[in-house]
Amino acid sequence: MTTQEHAVEQVHRDDIRSKMGMWLFLFSELLLFGGLFFMYSVYRFMHQQDFSIASKEMNTFLGTLNTVILLTSSLTMALSIAAIQRGKKALSIFLQIVTILFGLAFMVNKVIEWSHEFAEGNFPGSASLANRPPGQILYFGLYYSMVGLHGLHVLVGMTVIGFMTVFTIRGKITQDNYVKLEAAGLYWHLVDIIWIFLFPLFYLIT
Amino acid sequence: MASETLTLHNNGHEVSYLDYQGKHKGLLGWLLSTDHKRIGILYMIGVLSFFAVGVTLGFLIRLELLTPQGTIVGPQAYNEFFTVHGIIMIFIVVIPVIPAVFGNFFLPIMLGAKDVAFPRINLLTWYLYIIGGVLILLSLVLPGGAADTGWTFYVPYSVRTGTNMIFTLTAVFIIGFSSILTGLNFLTTIHRMRAPGMDWFKMPLFAWSLYATSWIQVIVTPIVGITLLMVIVERVFHVGIFDPTLGGDPLLFQHMFWMYSHPAVYIIIVPAMGVISEIIPVFSQRTIFGYKFIAYSSLGIAVFGSLVWAHHMFATGMSDTAEFVFSLLTFLVAIPSAIKVFNWTATLYKGSIKLEAPMLYALAFIFLFSIGGLTGIIQGALNVDLYLTDTYFIVGHIHYVVFGGTGFGLFAALHYWLPKMFGRMYNKKVAKVAFWIVFIGFNVLYFPFFILGWMGMPRRSYHYLPQFQLYHVIATVGSWILVLGLLIMMVNLLVSLIKGKKITENNIWGGETLEWKVSTPPTVENFEEIPEVFDGPYEYKQNEYASMEEEVK
Amino acid sequence: MEEAKEHSKHAHGYGIYVLVWLALVTLTGLTAAVAGINFGKLSIVVAIIIAVIKSYLVLTEFMHLKTEQRTFKAFIFVALFFIIISLALLFSDYSFYVR
Ligand code: HEM
Ligand SMILES: [Cu+2]
Repeated sequence: MTTQEHAVEQVHRDDIRSKMGMWLFLFSELLLFGGLFFMYSVYRFMHQQDFSIASKEMNTFLGTLNTVILLTSSLTMALSIAAIQRGKKALSIFLQIVTILFGLAFMVNKVIEWSHEFAEGNFPGSASLANRPPGQILYFGLYYSMVGLHGLHVLVGMTVIGFMTVFTIRGKITQDNYVKLEAAGLYWHLVDIIWIFLFPLFYLIT
Repeated sequence: MASETLTLHNNGHEVSYLDYQGKHKGLLGWLLSTDHKRIGILYMIGVLSFFAVGVTLGFLIRLELLTPQGTIVGPQAYNEFFTVHGIIMIFIVVIPVIPAVFGNFFLPIMLGAKDVAFPRINLLTWYLYIIGGVLILLSLVLPGGAADTGWTFYVPYSVRTGTNMIFTLTAVFIIGFSSILTGLNFLTTIHRMRAPGMDWFKMPLFAWSLYATSWIQVIVTPIVGITLLMVIVERVFHVGIFDPTLGGDPLLFQHMFWMYSHPAVYIIIVPAMGVISEIIPVFSQRTIFGYKFIAYSSLGIAVFGSLVWAHHMFATGMSDTAEFVFSLLTFLVAIPSAIKVFNWTATLYKGSIKLEAPMLYALAFIFLFSIGGLTGIIQGALNVDLYLTDTYFIVGHIHYVVFGGTGFGLFAALHYWLPKMFGRMYNKKVAKVAFWIVFIGFNVLYFPFFILGWMGMPRRSYHYLPQFQLYHVIATVGSWILVLGLLIMMVNLLVSLIKGKKITENNIWGGETLEWKVSTPPTVENFEEIPEVFDGPYEYKQNEYASMEEEVK
Repeated sequence: MEEAKEHSKHAHGYGIYVLVWLALVTLTGLTAAVAGINFGKLSIVVAIIIAVIKSYLVLTEFMHLKTEQRTFKAFIFVALFFIIISLALLFSDYSFYVR
């Protein structure tokens, strides 16, 4: 690197730096879930039959719907960045709000699903769950933990994007300074990727 | 924001970071400062306070073990003592200490930068760290009692015990988060903020060691985070994860725990190795031998160190394949550490060695760490470990590696850099006397552990058979000597901050890295102009360093 | 205004995003459909492969990894490497366990 480039970096803002920080943060998020995926693979390996039986109780339709919702929200998120890159502030704000709404829809679906499970007595600590074979207890243990933690991330993501929308409205995020929005986008896409794996692992076991 | 930059430009160049008056004055000027140097000092106060608590607990443990039956406390209190002692020492002392204190303070200066990449996140990590530490201290005094599982939190006991587990687990989780953020900050700083001309192989070895460490921190800390979180979830919601009555496999917890906690021993030791790599060339006035080997071996340790975790589980009934694989990998991981020791010794050879206090601690590091490392290899052998595991041999090993390694690395760093940080020199004579007392106390305390372990004395045990008493008494006496030495050392350092001889010269020890080019104590902005670097960090031909032209706006 | 130029260089088209989204939704349909068929032990492999393809698309396109620095790609590699090796080592126990 030349002196000039470096000097510029020291004084001005360095977008690559911010993004690098974000990527590294995403890794630790990835490995946070990675730990859960490790547990999942071990227990699924030990209890293949039970996992398959338990997963039949999942609502595949809602699961698929939620997958599509989350993928679409990723699309609107990416589009909102493309919009701000072109200086289309209003469009970007609109797309960010749509993204949040998709996140909300995802959460509503989750609530419906979980209340259904709870009504059937499949909640942690319940007597009917405790009487099932170990593999199924573990399946539901993992299901609630992993999907729950993912849900928490969706909520965080929605909040973060909400802040970005405010920043965009206030003009803190602009055509040539949108690295914050990009970082929020990265986070949102990661949440999406995690769901891409959770979906087949919990809903589609044959 | 704008006004802050303005003040910086007004006096940031000339004023020492200690006297600087920014937006906030007095105590707030410290508690809200995002200056990496002030944050380093904040960490130093935090870590050393916790260290004092940890040492007190260790001292009490030793006092208890003076006699084979109860001496000063009951068995439950004893269990809580060794657990909290372990948790404090591992999670809030040795894991953060060198990166958070000296990394924060010196990494940006060594790279020729004005601060770390994310100063505000840096301050956040300190608060997280303090919150975690305070939670652990609280668990000691609150009703219910502190964690009594050992610092390893093995399930199912950690799911069932009635003590304040949730406090402790949450605390470790929060501290882990703080550690991740520090790692992320350093990685970005090293990637993006090196001064012009400082390519990767002109970086000081301390920076290299922090780079490797930060990677381990970012990658494996989340794993223990989620594992401990699952224990909390299991306790609170009775979700089936690890508890065997709910179908779980307790060994999976051990896998997940050590997947972090073995690499964590490298988070602990590698930065200390970095400190040693700085000190050795300075006090033998020689170019360090095998710079690249040392740099790469840090990375090698980071990679291989992440792959050997299950050597903590040899006696648990893992599959034979796993036992074999992990034993083999454990032998491999010794290689990069050995490379470092060889290179340090080669640097010493024919150097003109100056036995100042930092050098004494550095040499003690090499000696003690070698003993610790070699006993580690002994335990890495399957058949031997089956006999030694869960005995005092392990406790001896832990302390030689962790205390003899990182503890002494910390003391070396304190004696090496503290004068630079505060502009005052400690009493060198007293420092040397303290060193010898600490060194002797250390060995009298911990060496008998190897013998005890070999004889079959189990660890974490409140009672013991009368035939072990002789060595226990020796060790307890050793703990008194050690604590005495530590007190002398700390008092000497503290007194120096107030009464020590003022230092004005930049280069106190004759070092060649960038922190010795800036004023003592450093100014707020570290550098008047960002320096340009032409040479490697340890070239003792002449001082060829040159601070260069005006930086381009 | 060097930087603004830098950015516009990386400005991404709306069209490609929509295409990627279409592919993602199609692949989702595919996993759901394929799950009905019993490939035995292979079903999980199929599901994982599809999930990997989807993640790849999200990473390269939505997350702009395609146009991002080489360093970032190396980072991803490090994380994946760690996960895969650790999983393999974990299974050096569980594949042969007799507990
Ligand atoms: C004056 C200083 C110290 C004394 C007197 C001391 C004493 C002890 C003793 C006697 C034990 C054995 C407890 C048992 O197994 O029953 C122990 C365990 C331990 N110590 Fe220290 N120690 C000191 C400093 C340190 C330091 C600096 C570290 C840094 C990491 C440390 C880390 C540990 C760990 C991790 C254990 C294992 C705890 C467990 O098995 O749960 N100690 N210490
Ligand atoms: Cu280990």
